Amino acid sequence: MSSDSSAPRQPTREPFRLPLHWLGALPFAIFVLLFLIMPTMRIVIGAFQTPEGSFTLDNIRGLFTTSIMSAYWISIKISIASALLGCLIGFSVAAAAVLGGLPKWIRSPLLTFSGVASNFAGVPLAFAFLATLGPVGLITVFLQTQFGINLRALGFNLLSFWGLTITYLFFQIPLMILIITPALDGLKREWREAAQILGATNTQYWRMVAFPILLPSFLGTLALLFANAFGAVATAIALTGSSLSIVPILLFAQIRGDVLGNPHLGYALAFGMIVVTGVANTIYIWLRARSERWLK
Amino acid sequence: MKKFWAWGALIFGLLYFILPLIGMTNFSLKMRRGVYSLDAYAVVLGDPRFQETFTYSILMALATIVFGVVLVVPTAYWVRLKLPGLRPYIEFVTLLPLVIPAIVIVFGYIRLYNTSSWLPLTGSITGTNILLMFGYATLALPYMYRSVDTGLRAIDIATLTEAAQSLGAGWTTILAKIILPNVLVAVLSGAFLTFAIVIGEFTMAALLNRPAFGPYMQLLGANRAYEPAALAVMSFVLTWGCLGLIQLVSRFQKGAQSPA
Repeated sequence: MSSDSSAPRQPTREPFRLPLHWLGALPFAIFVLLFLIMPTMRIVIGAFQTPEGSFTLDNIRGLFTTSIMSAYWISIKISIASALLGCLIGFSVAAAAVLGGLPKWIRSPLLTFSGVASNFAGVPLAFAFLATLGPVGLITVFLQTQFGINLRALGFNLLSFWGLTITYLFFQIPLMILIITPALDGLKREWREAAQILGATNTQYWRMVAFPILLPSFLGTLALLFANAFGAVATAIALTGSSLSIVPILLFAQIRGDVLGNPHLGYALAFGMIVVTGVANTIYIWLRARSERWLK
Repeated sequence: MKKFWAWGALIFGLLYFILPLIGMTNFSLKMRRGVYSLDAYAVVLGDPRFQETFTYSILMALATIVFGVVLVVPTAYWVRLKLPGLRPYIEFVTLLPLVIPAIVIVFGYIRLYNTSSWLPLTGSITGTNILLMFGYATLALPYMYRSVDTGLRAIDIATLTEAAQSLGAGWTTILAKIILPNVLVAVLSGAFLTFAIVIGEFTMAALLNRPAFGPYMQLLGANRAYEPAALAVMSFVLTWGCLGLIQLVSRFQKGAQSPA
């Protein structure tokens, strides 16, 4: 009892039924095992199995066809583009709000709005952009009637690489703002003052102090945004139907109706997705652990 | 000069975010030729399919929230109290749904729980509904667990537990009457976020063939012009509502604690 007041976070009470303690975490463990781990493992294992159940690498090899590889490639391109632009724009907006000398009241509504916008993904987001940049959307019509600019004739199509990237940015930028704002807050004023006392210019301070400190969170968020865009299904389907062949849409069609003509190729396709998002997130976790050292 | 760039960045960002919102609102009001009207909203709200799917998704969201709370609160409490060594592992597991795309998880469900498997959940409508609810609970797990765990950190659960035990309370009483009220704000935050996620979820519901709101929106989007914009506006308001409520309850808690 007395130990509790000194260390309330780590209860060190006498264990009275030691083996039974583990039972408390059992329902959670069973749930996670049944509805998260096992389904994922089923896909991973299935990717290396023939329909009869023996081990094979043919499914993985089957991914290296032109159509599937191009689907991965365009998915990766869209994810990289929307993650990079999301990071840069999100960083600019967050830096403007935190360091740019803007009025203090801007911060709170900005963060609230970012929370909403980063959750406003999926089907409705696609509708919003169709109504804005689609063939009869607000901006398309405005440019056409006011300036005689025909976006279509200029080669812009919402159902394309750039269209999807611009749409994804709507949830990517706010996510960046939400993650990077605490990091920008963590830049201590003393560091800037110390740099200035030692004779550093503003550019030198940014290049040699702030930039290296922010770099891990910046790169980490980049990885997170990448995985975020790579796994997005609903926005893409609602926006493009099935006219743009990206991996999530291909997998969706495959699950619905085996469009690849080989169920186990579907497993391999899904396995590829896990590998790509897994790598991106490993980078994120690793870099976040590094960046947190500075932001304590 | 610095201010100029700061304002420039902010206004550019604002423009990018406000134009689609104006676009969808504007479009949703243009169903009747030449004038602004609420016709698109009337059509959507009057559509029996809308009412069915929306009700279905609300019920699913509520079921997911109840299940999520019953699963996460006792676990997070127990892990903090008795198994602190497990915390990093559990935290890692709860973050997995952010790594594994939802479409992969539901693909696994379809293969693992089909009619010829040991647990044929997809064989019946009730079974599929339960499976979808479990799927939603998985999607919401990172947010729910993090929220509740942060809430638990703020209170002294060891002392509270001992005080309750010395007064003769059992585990159920402790959880329901001591722990839950103390982390209510955290639970509510998690609940509203879960609601926002579930209400418009598309992938899992579509692949499990359940009549949820997300697939309905997608279907309407493929066939109609003005109604989808009205749906988008309604979804946006709904998301604002959920996130706004989170702000409200957490502010309420701060207000309740600070007068000391």
